[in-house]
Amino acid sequence: MTTTDYDPNVVLSTENDFKVVGTRPVRHDGVDKVTGRAIYGADYDASGLLHGKILRSPHAHAKIISIDTSKAEALDGVHAVVTAADFPEAADKIMELGEDETKLRDLRGNILARDKVLYVGHAIAGIAATNAHVAEEALSLIEVEFEVLPSVMTTDEAMADGAPILHEDQTTEELGDDSGVVSNVAKHFQHIKGDIAEGFKQADVIVEREYNTVTVHQGYIAPHNGTAFWSADGRLHIWCETQGSFVVRDSLADLLDMPVSMIRVTPTEIGGGFGGKIPIYVEPVAALLSKKTGTPVKIVMTRKETFEGSGPTPGSKIKIKVGATKEGKITAAHAWMAMEAGAYAGSPVGAAAQCVFAAYDLENGLIDGFDVVVNKPKTAAYRAPGSPNAAFGFEQALNELAEKLGMDPIDLRLKNVATEGTRRVDGPVFQRIGAKEVLESMREHAHYLSEKQEGSGRGVAIGFWFNIGFDSACNIALNKDGTVNLTEGSTDVGGSRTSIAMQAAEVLGISAEDVRPSVVDTDTIGFTAVTGGSRTTFATGWAAYEAAQDVKKQCITRAASIWDVDPDHLQMEDGIISSKTDSELKMTIKELAAQLSDTGGGITGRASVKPRGVGGSFCGNIVDLSIDQETGKITIDRFTAIQDAGKALHPSYVEGQMQGGSVQGIGWELNEEYFMSDEGKMNNTSLLDYRMPTALDLPMIDTVIVEVANPGHPFGVRGIGEANIVPPTPAIANAVYDSCGSRITQLPMSPGSILEALKS
Amino acid sequence: MTTKTHVQTTINGEPVDFLCEPRQSLLECLRDVIGLTGTKEGCGDGNCGACTVNIDGRIVTSCLVLGVEAQGASIETIEGVADGTNLHPIQLAFLEGAALQCGICTPGFIIATKALLEKNPDPTEHEIRFWLANNLCRCTGYDKIVRAVQDAAKRMQEA
Ligand code: FES
Ligand code: FES
Repeated sequence: MTTTDYDPNVVLSTENDFKVVGTRPVRHDGVDKVTGRAIYGADYDASGLLHGKILRSPHAHAKIISIDTSKAEALDGVHAVVTAADFPEAADKIMELGEDETKLRDLRGNILARDKVLYVGHAIAGIAATNAHVAEEALSLIEVEFEVLPSVMTTDEAMADGAPILHEDQTTEELGDDSGVVSNVAKHFQHIKGDIAEGFKQADVIVEREYNTVTVHQGYIAPHNGTAFWSADGRLHIWCETQGSFVVRDSLADLLDMPVSMIRVTPTEIGGGFGGKIPIYVEPVAALLSKKTGTPVKIVMTRKETFEGSGPTPGSKIKIKVGATKEGKITAAHAWMAMEAGAYAGSPVGAAAQCVFAAYDLENGLIDGFDVVVNKPKTAAYRAPGSPNAAFGFEQALNELAEKLGMDPIDLRLKNVATEGTRRVDGPVFQRIGAKEVLESMREHAHYLSEKQEGSGRGVAIGFWFNIGFDSACNIALNKDGTVNLTEGSTDVGGSRTSIAMQAAEVLGISAEDVRPSVVDTDTIGFTAVTGGSRTTFATGWAAYEAAQDVKKQCITRAASIWDVDPDHLQMEDGIISSKTDSELKMTIKELAAQLSDTGGGITGRASVKPRGVGGSFCGNIVDLSIDQETGKITIDRFTAIQDAGKALHPSYVEGQMQGGSVQGIGWELNEEYFMSDEGKMNNTSLLDYRMPTALDLPMIDTVIVEVANPGHPFGVRGIGEANIVPPTPAIANAVYDSCGSRITQLPMSPGSILEALKS
Repeated sequence: MTTKTHVQTTINGEPVDFLCEPRQSLLECLRDVIGLTGTKEGCGDGNCGACTVNIDGRIVTSCLVLGVEAQGASIETIEGVADGTNLHPIQLAFLEGAALQCGICTPGFIIATKALLEKNPDPTEHEIRFWLANNLCRCTGYDKIVRAVQDAAKRMQEA
């Protein structure tokens, strides 16, 4: 049903004083993308291009005894073979990679295994050949001798006494101190607020339960890829699909032990990322191969490699205990969360801890987080990393609590909702946030007020992502006809060029179409952090705002010199420079632009920013579903997503993020999983067997954009890319309970597991 | 070196010949041999639809067709959808309806949609979802794609 008796996509706008912000212009890169002209990483070509392939481990855990590449090297058409031995020995150090910190040694070990392989799919060697088929053939000629070791695949196995150890030199960091104990637990941390023992004493009702989730993948449609050219002058040029060209550049500089200025990264168009294209995988291998051959080398992963050799998001075990008074005031909550980091330390459990209780004002809270290494691919970010796992637990527990209290689940949440000034259990104090407004608009939504269909279940939940600021740069050059060229360094995964350009247009009083935005390479723009953490439209948009202010200031100064008046007496509004005192003095930005060359030269605005006023975003879902009693299949009948966008710059893109995030959450809940064999091999490495939602599996995804302006951004913008993947898992679980009376605490809720639950 | 086969075919209305190895897929030939990279590869085994092209009036996943099978066929790829600089109504509907985010799935969706609307000019939402079920999009949640197809149908009927 696309015809509804209500508006399926609503913007609850608070501020409509803008000319460009809040409108829906067509994206600047759109025509290239609907005509097949846009160049993505795999489309990149160069003269003399060689094709690379990567040999990967068949074992989940094994010592590498020896590697013999001689037969592969001898094959006709093979130009070079590289292994970990081709990396320079650089001292270990901590690297800031996008949203995470990683040890250089771990990153290097993940790109090409040194002494040990730690998961099936772990890269061992790279080959460059005339074409991909020859490279593939040559892979089978590399002889590797392994000593297979026992492996651990879950946090339970990895944390057990006497568990096989992945890293003999990894000791647990216990509450901030090195415990000296060798273990698969890289870190145990706590956040404490108040006293939960006291809090639970005051509780009339307590809910306590354990929840488990398994590994899932971001599922971007374009596999990882990269082309490297190591020129005779020692400069390395990379073309790749990445969420952060500067991350690629800086990590390559560390890995290859070369000056940053010798590396140039050109980001191509990107076929999805969702966090998974922040880390690097094939780029360093292509670089080493290019160094050996002196020609450009391109490596494109297969889908199987993308599942096995990139970074999925972790499986997790989460224990929740929450108590409340009869009136529904939460008195204490404890979240115990262990997350699989994969082969190297660094799961998103830290982020999960920042999100799990964030929507609520808790007097007493305790969060225990465990970062645990297992024999699976090193995890990477996936849209609000860690938060959906955590919400799957806590947001179900809250519904259980509401039921025990005889309260409406939204009312229970509203009774405890976090607002401006609330201090989170993990420390930060909230500025103005929209959790309450989101819950209120859920309660008032036509969907929530409607009668449920016969036999269907309804569930609600909300989720949070804190968002990040970080560095961004932007340059704006004023053209002689009054249009501007805007350059920036943020990968555009879903329309951010346009939402950034719109912010410059708003300041300059010109149309979005009169701004021509380009995402440029690392030689051409100042340092810009990753497209991640819902930061791009917020932070690079801020840089565009500042750069446009710079242009505006220079326009005023120039007009003042042309008119020979004091610039303080001039203003620029809606693209018109005028005098505050003399109504005769008036000129449009276009008129000024035409005179630039004759009046002192061009005008270029620039800005490098690191905004601090990040405002987190909350998203809520209302879900109706029905369960086929014979097959256990769940059908989502109706789905509404409600999110606080601060200010929706381009409402269609905000809706698109909400709809896309919702559907990724639905897939996570219903079908998706790494189906692992006992030997630690993923059994479902095709997109047929790793089943992401298709158009046929879904209803329309209705949206409500709530606007609670972020005081930390000139237009009130909040990053909206991520929070929307958080509520679907618990909202659907709550709806399943409403439908059949069973609490499903293990993801995914495949038909088989639902049937089991129906039987019991 | 494997012996190559000479293939004569028609792509977007133009005669094209190319040489390919027997093991090369049509997708690989389009992208790497002929240089038409608008058709995308998401999986290489028929499960994502990014490589969808139209061969003799039927949509197929070109990663599952051999290059040599193009002999004598008439193939339509994304590069042939617009009429010069005039975008096709489906392209306009996708653009104006924000039915793409990263855009990697878009060529496949547009080719599939065109085949649908040529056969069924006024499809229901269910018919659209059913027809497009072999095309995966991970970014949009399909909502705006479904609406764009409905919009395109309207534009084409009005044209
Ligand atoms: S590449 Fe052909 S269906 Fe995925
Ligand atoms: S727009 Fe990215 S996969 Fe469809």
